[in-house]
This record gives sequence, structure tokens and C-alpha cells, in this order.
Amino acid sequence: MTTITTFRPRTGRTTELILLVFAIGIVMLAYVNVGLAVRGEVPANLLTTGGIFLAVTVGFHLVLRWRARYADPLLLPIATLLNGLGLVMILRLDYAAGREMGSLVAGRQVMWSALGIILAAVVLFVIRDHRVLRRYTYIAMVAGFVLLLMPMLPLIGHEENGSRLWIRIAGFSFQPGEVAKIALTVFFAGYLVATRDALSLVGRRFLGLQLPRGRDLGPILAAWGLSIMILVAQRDLGSSLLFFGLFVAMLYVATERVSWIIIGLSLFCAGAYVAFRLFAHVQTRVNLWLDPFDPTASSDQVAKGLMGMGHGGLFGTGLGEGFPHLTYFANSDYIFASFAEELGLIGVFAMLMLYALLVERGLRTAIGAREGFGKLLAAGLAFSIGLQIFVVVGGLTRVIPLTGLTTPFLSAGGSSLIANWIIVALLLRISDHARRPVAERVTDEVQPAVGATAPQPGGGR
Amino acid sequence: MNSPIRKLAVVVSLMFAALLVATTWIQFFQAETLRETAGNRRTLLQEYGRDRGAILVQGTPIAESEPTDNDLRWIRTYSQGRRYAHVSGYYSFTYGAGLGLERSANALLAGSDSSLFYRRLPDLLTGREPTGATLELTIDPTIQQAADEALGDRRGAVVALDPSTGAILAMVSHPTYDPNRLASHNLSAVQESYEELAADDSRPMTNRAIAGDLYPPGSVFKLVVAATALESNQFDPDSELPSPLRYTLPGTETSIPNFGGSSCSGGDTTTLFDSVRVSCNTSFAWLAGELGAEALNAQAEEFGFGQSLQVPLPVTPSSYPVGADDAQVGLTGIGQYDVRVTPLQVAMVSAGIANNGQVMTPYLIETVRDKDLSEIDTTTAQEFNDAISESTAEELTEMMVAVVEDGSGYRAAVPGVQVAGKTGTAEYGSSGAAHAWFTGFAPADDPQIAVAVVVESATDDWTGETGGVVAAPIARAVLESGVNR
Repeated sequence: MTTITTFRPRTGRTTELILLVFAIGIVMLAYVNVGLAVRGEVPANLLTTGGIFLAVTVGFHLVLRWRARYADPLLLPIATLLNGLGLVMILRLDYAAGREMGSLVAGRQVMWSALGIILAAVVLFVIRDHRVLRRYTYIAMVAGFVLLLMPMLPLIGHEENGSRLWIRIAGFSFQPGEVAKIALTVFFAGYLVATRDALSLVGRRFLGLQLPRGRDLGPILAAWGLSIMILVAQRDLGSSLLFFGLFVAMLYVATERVSWIIIGLSLFCAGAYVAFRLFAHVQTRVNLWLDPFDPTASSDQVAKGLMGMGHGGLFGTGLGEGFPHLTYFANSDYIFASFAEELGLIGVFAMLMLYALLVERGLRTAIGAREGFGKLLAAGLAFSIGLQIFVVVGGLTRVIPLTGLTTPFLSAGGSSLIANWIIVALLLRISDHARRPVAERVTDEVQPAVGATAPQPGGGR
Repeated sequence: MNSPIRKLAVVVSLMFAALLVATTWIQFFQAETLRETAGNRRTLLQEYGRDRGAILVQGTPIAESEPTDNDLRWIRTYSQGRRYAHVSGYYSFTYGAGLGLERSANALLAGSDSSLFYRRLPDLLTGREPTGATLELTIDPTIQQAADEALGDRRGAVVALDPSTGAILAMVSHPTYDPNRLASHNLSAVQESYEELAADDSRPMTNRAIAGDLYPPGSVFKLVVAATALESNQFDPDSELPSPLRYTLPGTETSIPNFGGSSCSGGDTTTLFDSVRVSCNTSFAWLAGELGAEALNAQAEEFGFGQSLQVPLPVTPSSYPVGADDAQVGLTGIGQYDVRVTPLQVAMVSAGIANNGQVMTPYLIETVRDKDLSEIDTTTAQEFNDAISESTAEELTEMMVAVVEDGSGYRAAVPGVQVAGKTGTAEYGSSGAAHAWFTGFAPADDPQIAVAVVVESATDDWTGETGGVVAAPIARAVLESGVNR
């Protein structure tokens, strides 16, 4: 045995550092680009900004070296690059809107970014082993449902852009759905790990499909009911699709039964169709999707977004050279269209590839994870990012009706940014666990039962 | 659980593939259509955001773009807006490039013309905003000013040409408007101005010189009839034409008198020369009948009737009526019935006679220059058509000189210069109201400028304003400024 312990697998931390510096370089280039295009000068605080940005992210990198040496090396650079590009675009739109120092949306977004990164570091510190989370399966469920339903409450619930996805307390507005996404993923993972055998093994075969027992349909019906309720009450197809899609995907991963997907999709389509027939606001959305250029349409947002993307064309106008501010919510719901206009199709492809890579690293982590909970959690978190991108960008590009979801890491808004950094932290934690050599693990393969005492991680170091 | 995770990865790939296809569809295949969608503010802003080329008259800009601090980045200013309105047109954020050169030469001014492609290639590669080409016009500011001031408050138009090249020396149409009002960045005021101009009964935005409702030419058309007669070789200036006090139109009971009921020469016949000099109606009505509609139409077309011209402003084709009966042909002989002309066409007739029978193609743009004023393209004078023989041109010139020296056009005489001309008083409607015409050129032996003037009747009734009274003095002012330049 001693002969093998001398072999130490690569941690990838140096790769991560190089990529990180590269990512910050791209962001600074974009920052200079915007400064030159809009203000005609190189931003005076370029070095300070770049220095602080580098310090914060390298700080996080050091936390990883210390606490999660084997974590996936691509996640942090990708998140940093996307977050940084989002900041530059938000600043560029601040300039376009004539906002000055002190009232910059970008200023607040910088604070949220820093907070997000710090919280992600805290998550890595506090959660030494992701399996602890399994103990909080049902707490996560309650938290998730409460967060999801909060915007529907009177007084604090708040409607923006036709969707009721916000709560507003003491002047701060918050999109609880973003955090609910994490809580529910934890719940789904914990719940499905415990019940997967029942859900997958029992049942009759029909037309080559393994159908579940009637009583096992309870959970999927509950999730379906919840998502339809979101669709109707919060007027948002996006969140509804996101939660239900996430649940069905995780159910499929846990049970390996295609029948769940078919049942889930049929249920969702049926529910969405009924909602379409019954509710005017759903019809409005669908009509806007089918014919955004209808002069009698209730909103020209989709049309304006499309015109912006068309204006960008293949190569884009260049940062600061287009007119993304002519579209409403250019720095939040429509930030991806803003990028499409100024960076062109080429830029869009690059950004979609970044997201695809992020999701792919998450799914790879899931495959590498050694126990069911980690697999489900990683797969769920990764898939939620992929699905969210699909729903948002698909909404802008008329693949599906437009919804009010945020674009991960790019959109202005604190709740989304913090939630996504926490997702990255969790994926880092799981990937560290998955990639760590056996010799360095002590508590491995010990599946803690729900409610059991926390394992002692990291003892081998 | 690894197998479903892998399948999930395939699902994610398909979702991303859908997004790649959708964005490609929008940003590549549909981009052009989207850009041209009505109401696309981005396209307007981008086009408006370009450094548009200036329009120069002898080096002085009559239209230029000046940088501003606001979102629109440039404002178009017209230094002598009202004087040059119909030449320049307007460039408005709300209404785009409208009328005049702003519209007709938009591609050059905006820098998107294909002739500029190779010059714009470096801009394309460096991502610099393309700049528009500057247009140097053929307009002579002195003549333009003389025409503008001479026409004064009257409705009508003046066109002056260089007979030897076809260069347009002046183009004035009254009433006029101030294009600055439409180029303003106060968009609500712009809309108000536009609606006001569009609703104005006097139609100030119409360029009467080339594109108004066509005018009946009246007696200035006798030049074309006389040219047809001389070209036919059946007549010479001394041919005696019947000139009764009243001429009964063939096949009708209707008869037409001479102006003021006078006889043309005191006798029963008048020579072709004198018929032109005193503008005899009865002899010309008879002559038209002799020559026939076909010959008249053919000669008119030699001068440019029925042909679309771009100078580059589009010119409405003038027309000689087809399928007229004998009586109507008689009326066309004195430029009545359905003969319709633009002032530019009338000027082209005079210019053709002045230029030994050669009509030159009229043009407004002398030189196209780059932003740095280096030359891109210069218009070379082009022959439009050999309308009449040199001898016919000489004979017509002699008749026209007589018109001014000893005939209906004496008010066009310029001291010390031999002026050739022809008056016209074109009745329209049934109440006797008439447009006053004058066309001519000077000096008769070495023509430097040809002119056509039309002054619309001030009222709907006959006011006694003949071409010789109203239009000839205006032509005189224009010709004088032209021969002294």
C-alpha cells in the first residue's frame, strides 16, 4: 500500500489560478472597452478595480487551496468571468441611463458580488462535507416552500414586469425563488435518496414502461400542484417550469425510470394548457410569444429585445456602441439580449459555452460523486443552472414564452447573485469530495442516516 | 445513477443546442429583416448617429451635421434653409431623409453608397463609424439668390441651367420652408412643423421646379412647335402662316382669338418669325394642325418630354397628350389643352436652342468628396440629345432675340446683353386665370445661362398678369446675375 500513497493526483489549483487571472484580464479588457466607447477614456480606477477584483477572487482561490484542495478548477474562473462581465454590462447601462457615481446599479452589484463570494467562502468553511445537508432534508423542504410562496403574500409580495416573483421588506426587494431553488434541490436530493427504491423498483410494466404505483405518485403530484400554483399566482412560467423541471430531472436521475419524465411532462403540459385557457395573463404571454411584432400587443418588450439582438448581428456593435438601453430591463431580465447586441452572435456563443461548461462540470461532479445524495445534489444544482439559462435565453429568443427569471451571474440583483455563488460553493464542495483520493479520506463511504451525527471530515490532512 | 446523469447531460446539450440555433436564426438569418422592421429605433439612431456628409455650394455648406451632446449625437443644420430647402431637402430623426438631395443622395451622404465601399473598408476593419461623402453642387449662390429674391412672395419656380453642360445653376420653388424646423431635436416641435407643412394648402414642401403638379406651358411651347416646323423643312422663318383674328378649331364651332383680340400683323398672314415674336395664337394653332400631333410629340420627346430624369432628384416627366383630336392638336400648338411641363423641362428647351440644338443632361452634383475633401467622383457633362439642327437653333435664337428686343418679352432685356426669350401665359381652369411663363437665355451669341420662370396666378381669375409682365422681369434678374458671374 505504501507504494501507492506516494502518488498524489493533481488538484488543479494552479490551473484554476491561471484561468482566474485570465478571466479577470477579460473582464478588465471589457471594462476598458466600455470606458473608451462611452466616456472616451480609460477608466481612471482601472488598476484599483482590477486589483480588488483579483484580491477577492484570489482570496476565494486560497480558501479552496486550504479547505477544498481537490475542488473542480473550472467552476470558480467561469463564475468569476460571468460575474465580471455582468458588472461591466450593468455599468455600461448605468452610463447609458445617465446614472452617476453614488446611484450606480453597478455599485450595488459590486457589493452583492463581494457578498456572494464571501458567503460562498463561508459555505465552504461551514459545510466541510455536503452530506451534512442531508440531515436538513425536511427543513429545506419547508424553507423552500415558504420562500417560494412568499411573493404571493399580501403586503410584502411585489409584482414587477407582470410577474409576482419579488418580496419587498423595508425598501429591499428580494427574489426568494432564487434561494428556494437551492433549498428545494437539497430537499429533492435528500428525499429521493431515501425513497428511490420504492419509486423505481415497484410498479407494473406497460408498453415497455415501468409505471409507478398509484400511491407513489404523491410527490410528483405535489410538485406539479406547486408549480401550477406558481404559474397561476405568480404569473411566471419560468419559475414554474424551473421547479417542476428540476424535480422531474432529479426524480429521473434517482430512479432511472423514463416513465417519470413522461408522466411529468404530460402533467405539466396539461396543467399549462388548462392555465392558458383559464387565465388571461397566461394568454397574453403566449400571444406575445407567438407574435411579438403584433402592433396591438400589450408589450413590445420581446420585439425590442429581438431588434436589439438583430442589431448586434454576427459580430455585435462592440461594448458601449449599441443601444441595449432601448430595451426595458436591459440590465436584469434582458441582460443577455444586451450582450447579444454588443458582442454579437460570436459573443453569445462564447457565453452560452461558458454556461454549458459550468453545467457540464457540475454534472461531471455528480458522476464522480461517490454517494447518492452528492450525486443527486450536484446533478440537481447543475441542471437548475442549465434549465434556468434555457428558460431565460429561450424566452428572449422565442424558443418558449418570455418569463421573468434572472440570468445566473449576469443579471443585476443581489438575491440571484448570492444564490448562484452558493450553488458554485456547493458544487465545489461536492467536487472536492468526489475528486479527493481515497487515502486522504477518513469518513468515506459512511452514509450518514438522516438525523445521525455529523461525520468528521478532513481528518486525513 | 451515472447513466441517467449522462442522459441528463444529453438533454442539457439539446437545450443549449436549441439556444444556439435560436440565436443564430435571430442574429444571422433574421438580422437584416429585424433591422428593417418599421419603428426600429436602433436603426434610426445608428443611421442618425453617423457623421453625415455636408452639402456645399461653392465651398459653403448649405447643409451640415454638427455634433451635439445628446443621444442623437448630430444635428443637421441648414445655413440658408429657406433659400435652398428644395435643393437640400431635410434630414429629420423622426421623418428620416426626406426630399431633395438628403433623400435622393442619401446613400452618398450617409456613407453607405456602394461607390464608397473600398474607401470605407478600413473603417469597417477598425470599427470606426463610417462618415458620409460631401457633395459639392453646381448651384451658383449669386444666381440662386437673384432667383429667390426676384420670385419674392409669388408662388412659382425658377430653374437656371448652364446650356453648354446642363449644370443646374439655380433651382428655386416658392413657397418654401425651413428644413431646420424638421431637423430639430425637439421631436414634438418637429412633428408639429411637419404636420403643419403637410397640411398647408400652398404645399411648401413641393418642389415646383421639377416635381409639382405639372403646369400647362402656354406660349413657351410655341418654341417646340416652331422647332418642329423648321425641322420639317416645310417652313422657314419667312413662311407666311394664316393668322385670322379668330381661328376656328377644325371640326368644331369653337374659335380662339389672339391675345387681347389683336391681329398679329395687321394682315391675313404672318410670318413664322413674327408669329413667335408677337406670340400669335391663331397662326400657331393652324401650324400645329399642319404639323400634326405625331410630329409635335416626336419633337417634344427630342427635348426630353416623357422621360424620367434624376438630377439626382427625380423629375416628373413632362407630357404631350396622346390621342388628341384635330381641335385639341390645334390647342396644343399654343401650349394649352393637355400639354404639361415642369419648369426644368422648359429650361431644357431654351438650353438646347442656346447650345446649338444639343440638350445636355441636367445635373445638380458637381463633385462628390470624401470627409477630407479629396475627390471621389466628378460629374462630366453629358449630352442628353441632339434635339434640333444647328441651323434650326440659330433661326429660333434670332426669333427669341426679337421677342425680347421687339416683342412680348421686352421686360426681360438686360442692358448691354443680347437676351433671347419667349413669354407664355398659360390659362388653366375655366375662369381665365393663367400662369405666367418666361424662358430664355443670354447672351444670345454666347449663351452662359438658360432660364425658365413660372409664376402661378395669384387668384382664380384673370388678373392681367401675362408672362411678359410678371415672369420676364424675374428672368431678367436671373439672366443678369448669370451673365455677370
